[in-house]
Amino acid sequence: MAGRGWMRAALSSRSLVLGAVLTALFVGAAVLSFFWTPHDVAQMNIPGKLQPPSAVHWFGTDHFGRDIFSMVMVGARTSIAVALVAVGIGMALGVPLGLAAAARAGGLLDEVIMRGNDLVFAFPALLIAILITAVFGASALNAIIAIGIFNIPVFARLSRGGALSLWKREYILAARVSGKGAVRISLEHILPNIANLLIVQGTIQFSLGILAEAGLSYVGLGAQPPTPSWGRMLADAQTLIGIAPHIAIFPGLAIVLTVLGLNLMGDGLRDLLDPRLRRARR
Amino acid sequence: MSLLAIDRLSLAIHGAPILRDVSFSVDQGQIVGVIGESGSGKSMTACAVMGLLPAGAQTGGRVLFEGRDLLSTSEAEMCALRGAGIGMVFQEPMTALNPVQTIGAQVAETVLIHRAGTRAQAMARAREVLERVGLPADRFPLSRYPHELSGGQRQRVVIAMAIALRPRLLIADEPTTALDVTTQAQILRLLKRLVAEDGMGLMLITHDLGVVADMADEMVIMKDGEVVERGAGQGFFGRMKHPYTRALFEASSHVPRRAAQAEDRALLEVKGVSRDYAPARTSLLAPARRFRAVDGVSFTIRRGESLGLVGESGCGKSTLARAILGLEEVQEGEILLDGAPVFSGHHVNLAVRRRMQVVFQDPYGSFNPRWKVARLVAEPFHLLGARPPDWREQVAEMLENVGLAAADMEKYIHEFSGGQRQRIAIARALILRPELVILDEAVSALDVSIRAQILDLLADLSGRFGLTYLFISHDLSVVRAITDRVLVMRAGRIVERGRTQEVFENPQHDYTKTLIAAAPKLPQVAAE
Amino acid sequence: MLRYALKRLLSLAISLAVASVVIFVAIEVVPGDPASYMLGINARPDTVAALREELGLNMSPPERYIAWVGGLLQGDFGTSYTYRTPVAEMISERLWVSLPLALFALALSTLIAFPAGIIAATRRGSKWDLGIMGVTQLGIAVPNFWFAMLMVLVFAINLRWFSAGGFPGWEAGLLPGLKALLLPAVSLALPQASILARVMRSALLDTLDEDFIRTARAKGLTRRQVLRRHALRNALIPVLTIIGLQFSFLLAGAIIIENVFFLPGLGRLVFQSISARDLIVVESVVMLLVFAVVVVNFAVDLAYAAVDPRLRRRR
Repeated sequence: MAGRGWMRAALSSRSLVLGAVLTALFVGAAVLSFFWTPHDVAQMNIPGKLQPPSAVHWFGTDHFGRDIFSMVMVGARTSIAVALVAVGIGMALGVPLGLAAAARAGGLLDEVIMRGNDLVFAFPALLIAILITAVFGASALNAIIAIGIFNIPVFARLSRGGALSLWKREYILAARVSGKGAVRISLEHILPNIANLLIVQGTIQFSLGILAEAGLSYVGLGAQPPTPSWGRMLADAQTLIGIAPHIAIFPGLAIVLTVLGLNLMGDGLRDLLDPRLRRARR
Repeated sequence: MSLLAIDRLSLAIHGAPILRDVSFSVDQGQIVGVIGESGSGKSMTACAVMGLLPAGAQTGGRVLFEGRDLLSTSEAEMCALRGAGIGMVFQEPMTALNPVQTIGAQVAETVLIHRAGTRAQAMARAREVLERVGLPADRFPLSRYPHELSGGQRQRVVIAMAIALRPRLLIADEPTTALDVTTQAQILRLLKRLVAEDGMGLMLITHDLGVVADMADEMVIMKDGEVVERGAGQGFFGRMKHPYTRALFEASSHVPRRAAQAEDRALLEVKGVSRDYAPARTSLLAPARRFRAVDGVSFTIRRGESLGLVGESGCGKSTLARAILGLEEVQEGEILLDGAPVFSGHHVNLAVRRRMQVVFQDPYGSFNPRWKVARLVAEPFHLLGARPPDWREQVAEMLENVGLAAADMEKYIHEFSGGQRQRIAIARALILRPELVILDEAVSALDVSIRAQILDLLADLSGRFGLTYLFISHDLSVVRAITDRVLVMRAGRIVERGRTQEVFENPQHDYTKTLIAAAPKLPQVAAE
Repeated sequence: MLRYALKRLLSLAISLAVASVVIFVAIEVVPGDPASYMLGINARPDTVAALREELGLNMSPPERYIAWVGGLLQGDFGTSYTYRTPVAEMISERLWVSLPLALFALALSTLIAFPAGIIAATRRGSKWDLGIMGVTQLGIAVPNFWFAMLMVLVFAINLRWFSAGGFPGWEAGLLPGLKALLLPAVSLALPQASILARVMRSALLDTLDEDFIRTARAKGLTRRQVLRRHALRNALIPVLTIIGLQFSFLLAGAIIIENVFFLPGLGRLVFQSISARDLIVVESVVMLLVFAVVVVNFAVDLAYAAVDPRLRRRR
């Protein structure tokens, strides 16, 4: 793909641009929060609690008088870190498993990997989190592990499916005639050709990870106080929603916009990277 | 008045011109062959008649069916006409039927949709029509599903659907292209019989001159969206004038010039080779079954010779090719190249593998789309352990040898046409200067004019590089044109072997006779 | 068909067996001594010993596993340490809230998604299509518990149409029960309906591109007839997969949503048990949920075979 044409196609996709802007906004906020926030998130101010949005506190204050805007910024850190690492775990373990299963399709290895996948699918991420938390207690790390484990079969299946259709191609046969083995073929021929699929699925799992992290924190199985997290903020807001709706609105909006951004970016990337779709659109 | 009269039909899709001033007609009981290579617009002409054009299509001219202009007929009226007045048969029988409905229901649907009878009558009609297309009740009850039928049988079902209401016009778009030659002959006979019995008009669209040569009453040759020549089918090739028609005819029966050079030394020896497959186990408890794809095959290829291996799909010829290339180990027998075994002690013998290469059928699936041509062509260097220092010069030289430019090295594969890709595949096969090249359906996916060029190239290269070919194909005319000797394979066994000329002129085995009789033939035209 | 069902049944049994081992190991082996874990560090040694006796911890892990599974098969889920009641009793009580909630949500999701997906696919590129795709894009991004909170804010706190939570129990009558489950079910169903509608749309578009659709058009079927007679049933195959997956998401989602609405379901039970360190209850509820997910997937496999004759053959 020539660089400039690609760039132009990317910019002409509205969902890709909007998604990338939203995503960049939240990633930027998370990074910025390491250096600067409008207020110190740890500083409580009980007399100034539950203030509505104002020029000083853009999103208002919570029940301890902490600045919600600053907390949303720092919360982005937790959400993005948990989801990103969980996607990383899923890819790092799932992709090699899927490639190995496809290389030995129909064999014992394939069967074991796919049955193992089915098994993990029987445990929704929340159940894994419950099991882990019941034994080890709640923490952000356990949330990462739970979401990460759930991601493994997603990537394993995707790479196996993509690789299986590629293994039937004649260029794989040609590579075998050139004396190349399964590992080398998987790395040289298969992986680059399923990279698009993996990138698109990666953004989707990233957004699912953000939703899952929020859910786990909300029920107390994720990040523990005082680490700010969007899910925890919503849990704290629940009993006060009648008095001060703003403390529930802003963290929720942050989740929705981040997830929306990632999904739009994923859709845009899929259209951009899939030549079949691109041709159809013209 | 003609049954169907296409009058100066033009078509553009989203502004891109597809057809220009196409005119021809089909009369009752008449077979009109519409011939053209890919991109000639022949299928779009059929879609225009059916009113099934894609979105964004703009048409001009007229398509008169029994005097009514179909281009200005409403969609509701077209629905009433399709299936009842005009039937259509498509190219891909494997995907043309709904996989979750029985064949009976699908044939009866033609009757029901046009309110031509009750459910019971429609089913009775379906039975009757399936009988007519050669699918008897005892072996093909109405309750069969498409996946239980072979490609040829599915095509018969599609034909049954199209003729259930005895339409006046039948359009068949490449109806036999996806089928084996013996099946193709049967389907063509069936169509001919139905036309004769029902007095239908038949518009038979094909890329293969041989298919229509002895069956069409009228020939229409198309190129780039235009009709370049038309005329009565009888003696058409004696009268043809247009240079394109002549070129097409010449290419269809092209025989490349080859220097006879076979030595008396054996290069490849295949001795008593058998290859079994275990079909996927359906249950842990079921006994393991075995399927013998190649069964006791023996033959020898002499150095410099071109040997043909002919057979229909599933006969085991590709399995045999993979065994020779050392991609799969055989259960019985041995394969020797110049006396050295391809497999020794369950390991591929790399020294042997360096001396043979392969060219595959699919010009689109044979290359990693993310690699540049230089890297693609250089891939076999892996067999040497490392690329030699002058590998780029070698690739450049080989690209020029196959008729491409050295500068093509820096391009990606999608920048090339099908014929050019097949040249790149040949360059890749020759980069290590192998002695044996296996051509596995290497020209089968190409248009006839491109095919003729590639055959010439192969003949030329075999002389220059002293190559030995194993030419695997289902296409008898190609094998006849380029091989010295031929093997005929059926169900894993070699049923006949001999010098190509002798086998074709005087086949001994019944199966060979059937194959040769079924193959589409062009009439001999005196050379001018 | 029978062989196919038996084969799927066998794989169901294997899944359950492996899942039970995983859960058992996670809960009863990994923590070391579950008894002292459950009682905390300050427990007196004789209380720990008594609990060890009660839980049968003096047996070896394999023996305990067999005893546990044997109990499960007979409907004996053990006794809750904190509540001192049989776990089976507690579960069956809560199941009457959680299961209707998940089914209610699944029904809502399907009822919304099918028409939406079909309209979007058949009017591809139209305002309808764009509108439905936009709404579903948003629906996927909204966390269901936040949506639930917003609904409580609007319908319970501001409009006072519903109570903000709690469950009157089915003895109060069917309608009050359903009314109490309506907001939770809607908040569970919305994101799932969005996903399902998108899957339905793309499955239908893929099917409408197939060769046999063109064949049917050539027979004289109108677009509408092609959709009804040929496209929908074929498009159902990928949609069924998603419905099966969604059931497990709905069960898991129900655990969270029950917390928003203070519903006395399995979710509440799990969280109460975790905070009370009552491992016996956690173990049984997780096993039950896994059982439900596996059984639903089995049902989906059978539904596949009913829709697709290719699966029935020779298996």
